[in-house]
Amino acid sequence: MQKQEYKAYAEKKSPNSPLWLNMLKAFLIGGLICVLGEGVRHFYTNWGLSLEEVAAATSITMVFLGVLLTGIGIYDNIAKHAGAGTLVPITGFANSVASPAIEYKSEGYVLGVGAKMFIIAGPVIVYGTVASVIAGLIYYFIH
Amino acid sequence: MTYLWAFIVGGILCVIGQILIDKTKLTPARILVVYVVAGVFLTLVGAYEPLVKLAGAGATVPLTGFGYSLAKGVMKAVEEHGLLGVLTGGLTATAGGIAAAVVFSLIAALIFKSKEKS
Repeated sequence: MQKQEYKAYAEKKSPNSPLWLNMLKAFLIGGLICVLGEGVRHFYTNWGLSLEEVAAATSITMVFLGVLLTGIGIYDNIAKHAGAGTLVPITGFANSVASPAIEYKSEGYVLGVGAKMFIIAGPVIVYGTVASVIAGLIYYFIH
Repeated sequence: MTYLWAFIVGGILCVIGQILIDKTKLTPARILVVYVVAGVFLTLVGAYEPLVKLAGAGATVPLTGFGYSLAKGVMKAVEEHGLLGVLTGGLTATAGGIAAAVVFSLIAALIFKSKEKS
């Protein structure tokens, strides 16, 4: 079979990715992670932290949970079903740091763990920071 | 009531990501970058704050919320420190989350072993 023919064949045979089901699963799991985050927020608010402290403490707690669930192997199992539902929340950001950190341990702690943990988080921090500087400049001049 | 809105808004933000994954060839890294940058500029034009007021963690936990923190931090720093704040505001506001991800991940790498991929 020629390469082209095979490609057409494979496309015909592979099941259509069930977009609606994927969307439903992303909605439910992503929504639930946010509900958990809201619970954490209420907990810190009731504890008497200021608005900014609540925001930081909630991020840190969600990141901790994301890393922990990644370490014990649960997060990636949920992610198989949830798709963007586990990618988009900040727990997914934590997963994107912890997962390569653990995986590349065999390549050492400097160029393995230390470098590879930024393989996805790096671009996020780079473009996030640049965007914030551009936004800051705009705000400086219109403010 | 905020719990319901957190669920709905957070869920919808994830559904948008799912559509991007299924309908475009955007990799997870690119989607996260798009979310953060979108969050920054939506906050700058004042479109994200109402969402945070309505949905709380439903708007702050998705990665657009990371952009929201960056933008809010830089705007506050500009008000307080002027031009210097342009460079210090964003990362200052998000330092907790970034440091937590780095420190906890290093500890996780020390403790946990990589699972063999079957």
